[in-house]
Amino acid sequence: MSEQPEYVPFTKDMIGTHTILVPTMLPMHFKMIIAYMQTFGYHLELLEKSGPEIPETGLKYVHNDTCYPAILVIGQFMDAIQSGKYDPDKIALIQFQTGGGCRASNYISLLRKALAKAGYGNIPVISFSLADIEKHPGFQLSVSKLRGMMYAVFYGDLLMTLVNQVRPYEVEKGAAQRLADKWTARLGKELGKGQTIRYSAVKANYQRMIDDFARIPVEKRNAVKVGVVGEIFVKYSPLGNNNLEQFLTDEGAEVVVPGLMDFMLYCVYNNIMDYKLYGRNYKMYLASKAAFRYLCKKKNDMIRILKEDGRFKAMTDFEHTLTLAEGYLGIGAKMGEGWLLTSEMLELIESGCKNIVCTQPFGCLPNHICGKGMMKPIKEHHPDVNIVAIDYDASSPKVNQENRLKLMLANARANLAAESEQAQTEKDPVTV
Amino acid sequence: MRITNAPKLDHTLTLGIDIGSTTAKLVLIDDGEVVYEKYERHFSQVRQKTIEMLQNIRHLLEGRRFYASISGSAGLGLAEAARIPFVQEVYATGEVIRVLEPDTSVVIELGGEDAKVIFFKGGTDERMNGTCAGGTGAFIDQMAVLLNMSVEEMDEASLSHTRLYPIASRCGVFAKTDIQPLLNQGANKADVAASIYQSVVNQTIAGLAQGRKIEGKVMFLGGPLYYCRGLRDRFVETLQLTEETALFPEYGRFAVALGAALYGISGGEEFTYDSLLDCLIDSASRATESSDRMPPLFETQSDYEAFAARHKKAVVESRDMDSYTGKAYLGIDCGSTTTKLALISEDKKLLYTYYSSNHGNPVEIVRAQLEEILTRCADHIQICGSAATGYGEELICHAFKIDEGVVETIAHYTAAKYFQPDVDFILDIGGQDIKCFKIRNGAIDSIMLNEACSSGCGSFIETFAKSMGYEVQDFAEKGLHAKAPVNLGSRCTVFMNSSVKQSQKDGATVGDISAGLSVSVVKNALYKVIRANSAQELGEHIVVQGGTFLNDAVLRAFEMELGAPVIRPEIAGLMGAYGAALHSMRFETSGIVSLDDLKQFSHKSTQSVCQGCGNHCHLTINTFADGRKFISGNQCQKMVGGKAEDLPNLHQIKRDSLTKLKPVPGERGRLGLPLALGMYELAPLWHALFTELGYEVVLSGLSTRQTYEKGQFSIPSDTACYPAKIMHGHMEALIEQGCDTIFYPCLSYNIDEHASDNHYNCPVVAYYAELLAGNMDGLQSVQFWYPYLSVDTPKQLAHTLFHYLSQYDNTFTRREVKRAVVKGFAAYETHMAAIRNTGEAALEFARRNGKRIMILAGRPYHIDPEIGHGIDKLANQLGFVVVSEDSVCHLAQPQKVHVLNQWTYHARLYRAARYAAEHDDTELVQLVSFGCGVDAITTDEVRSILEAAGKFYTQIKIDEITNLGAVKIRLRSLLGAIEEKEAST
Repeated sequence: MSEQPEYVPFTKDMIGTHTILVPTMLPMHFKMIIAYMQTFGYHLELLEKSGPEIPETGLKYVHNDTCYPAILVIGQFMDAIQSGKYDPDKIALIQFQTGGGCRASNYISLLRKALAKAGYGNIPVISFSLADIEKHPGFQLSVSKLRGMMYAVFYGDLLMTLVNQVRPYEVEKGAAQRLADKWTARLGKELGKGQTIRYSAVKANYQRMIDDFARIPVEKRNAVKVGVVGEIFVKYSPLGNNNLEQFLTDEGAEVVVPGLMDFMLYCVYNNIMDYKLYGRNYKMYLASKAAFRYLCKKKNDMIRILKEDGRFKAMTDFEHTLTLAEGYLGIGAKMGEGWLLTSEMLELIESGCKNIVCTQPFGCLPNHICGKGMMKPIKEHHPDVNIVAIDYDASSPKVNQENRLKLMLANARANLAAESEQAQTEKDPVTV
Repeated sequence: MRITNAPKLDHTLTLGIDIGSTTAKLVLIDDGEVVYEKYERHFSQVRQKTIEMLQNIRHLLEGRRFYASISGSAGLGLAEAARIPFVQEVYATGEVIRVLEPDTSVVIELGGEDAKVIFFKGGTDERMNGTCAGGTGAFIDQMAVLLNMSVEEMDEASLSHTRLYPIASRCGVFAKTDIQPLLNQGANKADVAASIYQSVVNQTIAGLAQGRKIEGKVMFLGGPLYYCRGLRDRFVETLQLTEETALFPEYGRFAVALGAALYGISGGEEFTYDSLLDCLIDSASRATESSDRMPPLFETQSDYEAFAARHKKAVVESRDMDSYTGKAYLGIDCGSTTTKLALISEDKKLLYTYYSSNHGNPVEIVRAQLEEILTRCADHIQICGSAATGYGEELICHAFKIDEGVVETIAHYTAAKYFQPDVDFILDIGGQDIKCFKIRNGAIDSIMLNEACSSGCGSFIETFAKSMGYEVQDFAEKGLHAKAPVNLGSRCTVFMNSSVKQSQKDGATVGDISAGLSVSVVKNALYKVIRANSAQELGEHIVVQGGTFLNDAVLRAFEMELGAPVIRPEIAGLMGAYGAALHSMRFETSGIVSLDDLKQFSHKSTQSVCQGCGNHCHLTINTFADGRKFISGNQCQKMVGGKAEDLPNLHQIKRDSLTKLKPVPGERGRLGLPLALGMYELAPLWHALFTELGYEVVLSGLSTRQTYEKGQFSIPSDTACYPAKIMHGHMEALIEQGCDTIFYPCLSYNIDEHASDNHYNCPVVAYYAELLAGNMDGLQSVQFWYPYLSVDTPKQLAHTLFHYLSQYDNTFTRREVKRAVVKGFAAYETHMAAIRNTGEAALEFARRNGKRIMILAGRPYHIDPEIGHGIDKLANQLGFVVVSEDSVCHLAQPQKVHVLNQWTYHARLYRAARYAAEHDDTELVQLVSFGCGVDAITTDEVRSILEAAGKFYTQIKIDEITNLGAVKIRLRSLLGAIEEKEAST
């Protein structure tokens, strides 16, 4: 039996000496957060490698029945460590941990086990968690750190929204993504300067981003809108979903992806519900309530700027999203993506995006209920929606996924054609 | 055929090409008339076949302009590379239905590897099979091979069936696990064939309809439904259709191609014969070479020669049987798909060997072989000992009076020791099992058998080779010299069908696929079963065996994956038989059947249903010429003689105590509690609570197979665990019992036993009620209560419950709810205390009587007889006192673990493991439901707790599978290992 994993804290001395490796999820968001963390002396590096060797490496070190995201994240870490690019004594790893009732809370433990198994038990693994599960003297979250990260997330969400709305219509292929990359670098630099972030400057940035994106030449055409929801990792990470966004874009679809801040708000809101439903942790309840109000207000500011500008479709405000699951499932369902997954599907439908891809790792427990389990009632209330559930795992072949996506797209196009035909007839009533 | 109501076909020539996973279909429509149709297997030569088929209709196309489009799951790549319009196949089917049978409500289409259900009424909805390729044409092909029949023969046979066996319907591997024992036990092939079809029907309904009822006019399409009459019958009967509502159109096989032809016109792209042919020919250059390839198995010819020479050394010498005189020993290995025999001399040399597929009738094969052997032994060879091993061990022992039955694992170890006395690791890949065990200090130290989902490895290669038109030897040979083996991943082999499809699309050769399959089989064994990192971790002296390793490609792939050489005995396929023969050398004289008896031998098998208890086991009764009987299929010994010792069984005691919760008439109406998932834990609480509140509280009772079937129509996520899926049946049962209200709360948190950092439920237990509410139409006729509650404290529960109940009935008072909650908790405490006390009593009983103790650990709902499949009783039969995890965990301190310990059930498991680790006389066997995500975490932890203390870890994965044979091997191996270990210390 291999040696047992130990918890190795990330100490203050390590801040200056260690490179902290970050797994891929949302490249734009994460790059800005990484740049921002330089302010505090941290050196973080985003792992961007993909390809079949990532899941393969993961399978070697993780129980194969564990969910796919764990296999990928750990595979990516192990691959990086073994690449020879880093000094194993000078790196640390970071992993998000919610501490919820889904097995995803255990990714950290699985990662430590994998490290111990491979003889790298000395590498510290930082739990990035608001639930305060572990202590890392060298990596403590302060209000000021969180505030900067929050803006990086807002920036990322806005960029994602803008890019998705321009990409299918751009005249010059790749223009929107290039602009987004430019902004990611620019905002990262700005955040990383270490100056106090003024909210007015953030809002001004929002407007500038909108203006910049509005300047990209586009041609008008009727693109199919496809929303993507699901388990957070496979929903966002191109590594996890076989580059789903790219596939949909290549098929000429406009992709709609709800932002990362919604997931954060969901996590915060669950603490409120924990008190309301189960009478747990009053202090956490009060803090969460305040945080929830604060974040909602910030999000609403961004929505207002988008709406006032009028050139792009704004995201849905979270207080509204919160009410959407009513009649489908209780907002006490808080494991994994929980009720948020159902709400996001309904949010997409409400905003006119009736084609939805629901992504999940093969055998994802919460998604049995909040994803696949809610499709029947959703379809009953909205007979015109076109939902496809796609499972991802280490060897479910791309061809099957694409075949199912193609079916969804074929239906979507037929629906779109029928709709515009109908709109046409309504516009030019036939005179007898 | 003439298509009249499609104006766009007028004066138009259009060609539809449908390339499925195994067949290619071509349809040509000229001015509304179908002038040509063709259906052929393409043996993965997709482009070539299409070109060939096109060339055959040159005379119909030449000199004309026509539309064309391609459809089908294997057509996508070709269409893209050839730049010919593509239409998704389900969409194509929809096109056809809209034109030809617009009043159809549902279409069921089965293809080679795809299954589809399309709903037309009430919102068009199209469903395809997801990651699971079971229950399709390829599956039927595989099953026919298993029955040693052609697909036509199987179909013919199925028509005369008299009964149906339950066969797991999710994927081919499970079905095989169910079918093999049936065949080994001599079940009637007609019945098995029909049961296979029934499993396809169940798969289609459960996997695809997902909560939507299939009713109205149903059209059946696709090859299998066109050819297999028996399959049609099963569908019609199961869906309760009539001649009017079940349509099996003549064009059933061509529906997708027809749809493609129709779509081609809308696609608007016109071709000529030459331009289309050019597109297809040109596509070869554009076909993207798959990036996902691996290095060849051998770089050079001399590498191969060195490899071959090295493995030639591991041999057992043979002796001429006819000139040998003296003692001999016989070993019979009646495996799942093959039967092996070995007769050895006193100096352990081979006198006679036999290896063959058992063609579904092992008894006859063994009989013929024994006759041959005994005849040739004549007077000069005396058989002094005989032993049987493998799946059919018991049957063969009974039929031919074999001296002993040896557990497979022990037989293999015995054989391996002959080749490598220091062997410390044995890997055996047989027809459909992977077995591997470590040996430490001369005793079997840990045993790993493949879990249900990755079995079928060896026979998978064989079936695959056949489906591509090769014998397995030639197939392997091609793999050895392949240039760029395809990377097919390492999941359950059934999923590989689709990966292979993809690689064919990418232009992989047969050799590349063969080599790729070999690597996958090896990776399955290494990373799914053994979960190893390196050869050093497995051991220093590795012996590989089993029929699958006779395939040099597999052997080479294994060595490459390990980076180290291994020993493969030349008799790799015979090791079980050889080991059994060696094992039987401890006998002085043998009671084996005589030649005379053998000549009189006849064997008849009949089926019956045991009426001994509610389980109603399907028994197979084998009757031999001399009147002896052998009964199999029984879960207990009750009705088949041989009374089992009455040993304590906490699973049974817990079941009894739950079924004792009886309804008391109450004025508030009848309230139902579904006895599944978390209710197995909290039923005493809710029962007492609602009884106190004035409800007549009814429990749905223990599950049976029928419970599951009753509710399978409304299961939306087929990959959820069996304990969750069976919940649907319990709800239906409660509705049938006339409950006004059904109660199953959402509980994020379970009871806090203060033995873990938090006390969550798993997401499925916590929120399954939400899924039930959303997917079970039947619940609209009753009041379904599923509030979010906390069972942390009586106060909190009373508070939330009162508010919830008051919404429905304002006559509740705060006080009465509070009182009821207190009563509920008291009942729960009493129940749990009783479990702990009986647990302690059982332990004491075991120690007083010198019995072994087994903690049959899992989750509370694993005690359900349908979910646990009577494994508890099996353990009793093997002489274990059976206790549950919750009856002993209080006897150990909370266990420190290396993962988050925040689930109540998990904490119990860890403590129970600690108890087993601390007590020499206690073993722990963990039951794990297939699809249980959270148990992927616990199993590793429980293993490491046990292994740190030098104990065995045994995990049994359970599902719809009802085959206890494999479980029995597991438990007997465990027992054998314990005994050997005890003997060696």
